[in-house]
Amino acid sequence: MFDFSYRFQWAQAMRHLPRMLEGALVTLEIAILSLVVGIAIAVLLAVARDSKYIWLRAPATAWVEVARNTPALFQIYMAHFGLGSFGIYLSPYTALLAGIAFNNAGYLAETFRGALRAIPETQTRAGRSLGMGQAQTFRLIVMPQMFRVAFLPTTNQMVWAILMTSLGVTVGMATDLTGIVQNLNARTFRTFELFAIAAVLYYLIAKTVMLGAQLIAWRLFRY
Amino acid sequence: MIEIEKVYKSFGKLEVLKGIDLTVNKGEVVSIIGGSGSGKSTLLTCINGLEPIQSGRIRIDQTEVHARSTDLNKLRRKIGIVFQQFNAFPHLSVLDNVTLALRKVLGMSRREAEEIAVKQLEHVGLGDKLKVYPSRLSGGQQQRMAIARALAMSPKYMLFDEVTSALDPLLVGEVLDTLKMLAEEGMTMICVTHEMGFARDVSKRVAFFHQGVMAEIAPPDQLFGAPQHPETQKFLSKVR
Repeated sequence: MFDFSYRFQWAQAMRHLPRMLEGALVTLEIAILSLVVGIAIAVLLAVARDSKYIWLRAPATAWVEVARNTPALFQIYMAHFGLGSFGIYLSPYTALLAGIAFNNAGYLAETFRGALRAIPETQTRAGRSLGMGQAQTFRLIVMPQMFRVAFLPTTNQMVWAILMTSLGVTVGMATDLTGIVQNLNARTFRTFELFAIAAVLYYLIAKTVMLGAQLIAWRLFRY
Repeated sequence: MIEIEKVYKSFGKLEVLKGIDLTVNKGEVVSIIGGSGSGKSTLLTCINGLEPIQSGRIRIDQTEVHARSTDLNKLRRKIGIVFQQFNAFPHLSVLDNVTLALRKVLGMSRREAEEIAVKQLEHVGLGDKLKVYPSRLSGGQQQRMAIARALAMSPKYMLFDEVTSALDPLLVGEVLDTLKMLAEEGMTMICVTHEMGFARDVSKRVAFFHQGVMAEIAPPDQLFGAPQHPETQKFLSKVR
């Protein structure tokens, strides 16, 4: 049966808010960095996936397959503990960032590939006819249009990236929001209060990133 | 001078051009007419090297287009092309559509590029649309913008690929007037077109394409007045 005797200690939990906000900043930082890196790699993967050269297509396809079809938790675990087997030791921060960036790149590659399909081949032809090179045409004509088509599905991954940072706790990440809440919880046992406040903070971080993305989109996609 | 010699072109098993020979001299306007699938448009994309050819050769001012050693990006600066689907760059303003290649290909400063772009856009009657995005333009305006974009590169040759085919009949006139103006200024042009009146008025010679072959080429009076080839006769009797 339910037990209603628990006394909520919100005031006590709220005392830790400044520490939690510090953690929230770290979370925000990791999420944004993982998105910047992930988006950059995703563009390359999207192009490579449709390349006529197998040596480009195969590794890109492998990346997407692994990133999309294995748990994000394993990807972060592999970055921290797995790479150690090859003598590569990443700190929890770097491993978390690498794991999420890897995941972002895999998912976004497919989003971008779909967006590329939506841009008529004639745009490339028009660019090439003006004397622009292949890479130049892609960068100046195709890519900006691709980002616009891909914008809404990309925001999904943005939220997902923020929430995935909470998995860092499994590789010993102690400075992000979840890491800090976990520690506070171990000391105070105010589980419900602490995680409820953290949940609100995650919500606010996600909203902040969305707002930022919308501002960028508004500035970039005026047409 | 554009010299086309025995050009064969196929897409997979489909032979689209079967031995085309054509020489276009400086200052000459040549129109190409013919039914769909006769290879007219394909020839244009072969001329600026967008499409490879199977055999034969195309030379532009002595430079062989499909030679491995040819720098196509450089060669294409000499040849402007305007397509049936205007191909405006939707993410750039009208002005930026025109300045992009000037800055990125010819390496001009923004100021220099804008000066040229404004002049070209005014020339085609779009001087008041500089800051507008292409989606806000009518088809005819988009097509004139595409013409200005090509002309801004100061090409020696212009290729027009059915530039009025996607336009509202009311807008065809404004684009054809722009082409006529260019012809009068002495631009060397190859126009693939379905506008017989235009072909007759502007061209020095008109070529009729049929199933990948140039069935007939003659001055407009002769081709329209007394067509020699039976297929030309058949085609013209249908379009009139």
